[in-house]
Amino acid sequence: MDGRDPLIDLVLHLLVLSLVAVGGINVILPDLHRVAVLGEGWMTDEEFTTLFALAQAAPGPNMLFVTLIGWKVGGIPGGLAATAAMSGPAVILAYGMARLWLAWGHQPWFTALRNGLAPLTVGLIVASAALLTIAAASGWQSYAVTAVAAAIVIMTRVHPIIVLAGAGALGVAGLV
Amino acid sequence: MSVRSENWSRSRDIRLSSLFLTFAFIGLSGFGGVLPFARHELVERKRWVSAAEFTDILSICQFLPGPNVVNLTVTFGVRVDGIRGAVAAFLGLMVMPVAIVLALAVLYAEFSEVPQVRDAFRAIAAAAAGLLVAMAFKMVTAMGMALRPLVLMAAVIVAIVMLRLPLFAVVAVLGPISIALAWWDNRAKADGERDTDGRP
Repeated sequence: MDGRDPLIDLVLHLLVLSLVAVGGINVILPDLHRVAVLGEGWMTDEEFTTLFALAQAAPGPNMLFVTLIGWKVGGIPGGLAATAAMSGPAVILAYGMARLWLAWGHQPWFTALRNGLAPLTVGLIVASAALLTIAAASGWQSYAVTAVAAAIVIMTRVHPIIVLAGAGALGVAGLV
Repeated sequence: MSVRSENWSRSRDIRLSSLFLTFAFIGLSGFGGVLPFARHELVERKRWVSAAEFTDILSICQFLPGPNVVNLTVTFGVRVDGIRGAVAAFLGLMVMPVAIVLALAVLYAEFSEVPQVRDAFRAIAAAAAGLLVAMAFKMVTAMGMALRPLVLMAAVIVAIVMLRLPLFAVVAVLGPISIALAWWDNRAKADGERDTDGRP
């Protein structure tokens, strides 16, 4: 949209996403990608996956990816605004729920809510994994890195940060 | 010695500063997800909640929208000291990691022209996708082979990956359908055998 500050678009979008992101930040990756890369053209596929990698390599909650999207769109103030937009509605809702959940926790409809949302969350995570794999792909080598990284995490107890560091070393060596 | 908090009222002894510092420590120790560290710190080291209470809080937070760890942090903070507790815990969790990740981003922008840095991050991005693939794999296998969840999961994947529909629309349409089906499912189970829905 011309004339509009893209940061305002991003913040408005995140406020909505914050309320539908059932299952955490990873479920909104496809939607962020749809808006930031395909729709508004704020960044390329490579920049999108690089920011995701940066957020994963830094300590802290993985919602920091949203902080970085905001940074890309509007510098440091953009990063802070995006963080606030992503956590604000969720915080308010969690605050309200924290005061109510003891009363409702064992109601049958509450169980239905949980059991009903669980498969959607799993589907969204699978969708995110597929999308990020495709976005990060630059050849058979990067597919191989994705597959090996996944296999290591599934089959061993190696800390994820070691996996990321190992991949970084392969990259510096020019192998990926 | 033994588990300290049989009930939540005990957690009101926790001071705000100690709440802030504990969540700051949790935020800084988590790489690629904070939840396991939160559990370790709150249940095993500080013993502010029992394992069962932690699972209870988490099960609520996982169906709330938004980042799970943020929900958990706020829920816990509220329990300790109302809105002040929520703010202290949330700021503890977020302030340092946000500062660090922004510093890294600025640094990255500075050096992104260096070919080795680009190569390294291209590879790290592929590995980060792998971490997500692993998480998806674990979640799918944990879900089991029941037809209802599998069909709904597949519907979400088709809608998001193939049809590229907005998340909001997908959740707004499939959410109520899925919850209604789960409700029937639970009712059928409760009719079949008594006393199975009393989850912790």
